[in-house]
Amino acid sequence: MTEATRDAFSQALDRRTIRGRSLYVDAWHRLLKNKAAVAALIVLATMIVLVGVGPMLSDWDHEIPDWDHYSTPPSLETGHLFGTDALGRDLFVRTMIGGRISLLVGLVATLVSLVIGVSYGAVAGFFGGRVDNIMMRFVDGIYAMPFMFFVIVLMVVFGRNIFLIFVAIGAVNWLDMARIVRGQTLSLKNKDFVEAARACGGTEMQIIRRHIIPNLLGVVIVYVTLTIPQVILVESFLSFLGLGVQEPLTSWGALVNEGAQELETAPWSLLFPASFLAATLFAFNFLGDGLRDALDPKDRP
Amino acid sequence: MNPRAPVLQVRDLAVHFRVDTGSLFRHDYRVVRAVDNVSFDVHSAETLGVVGESGCGKSTLARAILGLVSAQGGSILWQGEDLVGLSEEALRLKRREIQLIFQDPSGSLDPRMTVGEIVAEPLKVFYPSMSRLQIRERVAGMMKMVGLSAEQINRYPHEFSGGQCQRIGIARALVVNPRLVVCDEPVSALDVSIQAQIVNLLKDLQKKLRLSLIFIAHDLSVVRHVSDRVLVMYLGRIMEVADRDSVYYHARHPYTRALIESVPIPDPVKERQRARRSLEGDIPSPLNPPSGCVFRTRCPYAIDACADRVPALETLEDGSQVACIRHEELAEQWKREADTDPTATETSS
Repeated sequence: MTEATRDAFSQALDRRTIRGRSLYVDAWHRLLKNKAAVAALIVLATMIVLVGVGPMLSDWDHEIPDWDHYSTPPSLETGHLFGTDALGRDLFVRTMIGGRISLLVGLVATLVSLVIGVSYGAVAGFFGGRVDNIMMRFVDGIYAMPFMFFVIVLMVVFGRNIFLIFVAIGAVNWLDMARIVRGQTLSLKNKDFVEAARACGGTEMQIIRRHIIPNLLGVVIVYVTLTIPQVILVESFLSFLGLGVQEPLTSWGALVNEGAQELETAPWSLLFPASFLAATLFAFNFLGDGLRDALDPKDRP
Repeated sequence: MNPRAPVLQVRDLAVHFRVDTGSLFRHDYRVVRAVDNVSFDVHSAETLGVVGESGCGKSTLARAILGLVSAQGGSILWQGEDLVGLSEEALRLKRREIQLIFQDPSGSLDPRMTVGEIVAEPLKVFYPSMSRLQIRERVAGMMKMVGLSAEQINRYPHEFSGGQCQRIGIARALVVNPRLVVCDEPVSALDVSIQAQIVNLLKDLQKKLRLSLIFIAHDLSVVRHVSDRVLVMYLGRIMEVADRDSVYYHARHPYTRALIESVPIPDPVKERQRARRSLEGDIPSPLNPPSGCVFRTRCPYAIDACADRVPALETLEDGSQVACIRHEELAEQWKREADTDPTATETSS
């Protein structure tokens, strides 16, 4: 090795080692090493693109029946890739449209519960004492209200609207999130490193942002990945009761419900929506697991 | 006396905690006097050792000096300015000059931050205008100063041993160039072999940076190694303050004497020979401290008068201070004992 290359080498080494990395950059690299999580990411991305542009690619519409084909199996000839339902509507388009609703409900309701739940729980837990007491009794109060009763009241007062589903589900789900986050925060705020941050001159908000939230992430992410499937299932349950999305609009939950009734005569009408739903739920679970591991530095292989 | 002006003057400091004892419908509480009527000075570039059993208020004292717990009375004069009663924001800014080193080395480091971020944190708080490059250089320099390598900044705390974590804690405390560092039992969680390294590192850094240190410990031999002066606490009160040698060779307070006698001697022959007068019983509950002298329930020399009033912290002619009404007669009694039984002095040295 010549002098020049050795110098260049040591310089490169210096540059590489001295550059600081943050938890999130590290976490991203770790996530990319996790095959299941990467596969889940790809599945979810494809799913989102598919439900976004899918309906435009098809000649059919989700509400207008094909008068020539009732309950036909999937075939390339007719152009109905996933077949048609008992009313002659194209199942491919309906699955995509249903996917839009299901994913939207899942993501929006979860996001609502995430934002409200994490900030509410973190504030209650961090400040503690009387603030905590009042905030958590309020949560208990809402908890005591039956969910169905809450949804029905909303429907009666505001009329039927898909956004009400988001509101209703989000309004109930953040309670669990707030409780979990509060408990975690309570245990975190007494840790030495939080006091160390205070001794280093950090303000309360800096401490919450730099120390409390990052340390909450592991638990929160796992809970989020459990919430998304749960929300999608709750929506399909509401649709089944006639409180969710209404015909001709549909969702995966509603499609599965319809398909299940025609299982013997038209199995394809269950198979396609159900496999989309299952694939999505799987992907969210794997992604959640991957994120949790990636965000925990101790788990680094 | 030390001719230099003190950087920190603590006067009659009192830190009380309320303990709720009420039930759901009845509001009631009792007061724990965790630190009561404590006064002392810390001079520039001096190490003040603080010793006492667990639960005697050492850590509370440390946190009160930094303003992490608020004092109920007295004053903490930092370079002439009283920290008690300052606003939260003003106190926060003072922490650039007074820093804290923790007992639990890994617990005081955020597990989700890289070591580089941990050491850089005080810089980011106090010097928001500092560029990334400047911060990086300062952090790298600090890492080297405490005996770690700059390449380790991207590691996480769990990848380090206890001793290394404590070095990181020291780097974090010193990165903003404080004048006073409060070390809250910095070595008691470490292996004995590592303790010496950390203590010597602290001593070296103190000399290099001309720091004042308040070194809290329950290990008397460690305190003896680092301190210029030693303060002995019991149940939230000062028992004795004196120069290191005078504490170890001529302890004036019965409690100090008992503490020193309880230190094992690493020579089995001498250890077996010496007469041990170990303390009996536990520290009384701070919720319900004894009247008068708080130490009287365990003091072998207690007389009835000890229960009557709280002994004042008396300053003697050599500058040391002691809070015991019998310290004069006891000093003579111990001197006589030492004359008749030469092993007695041996044990207390």
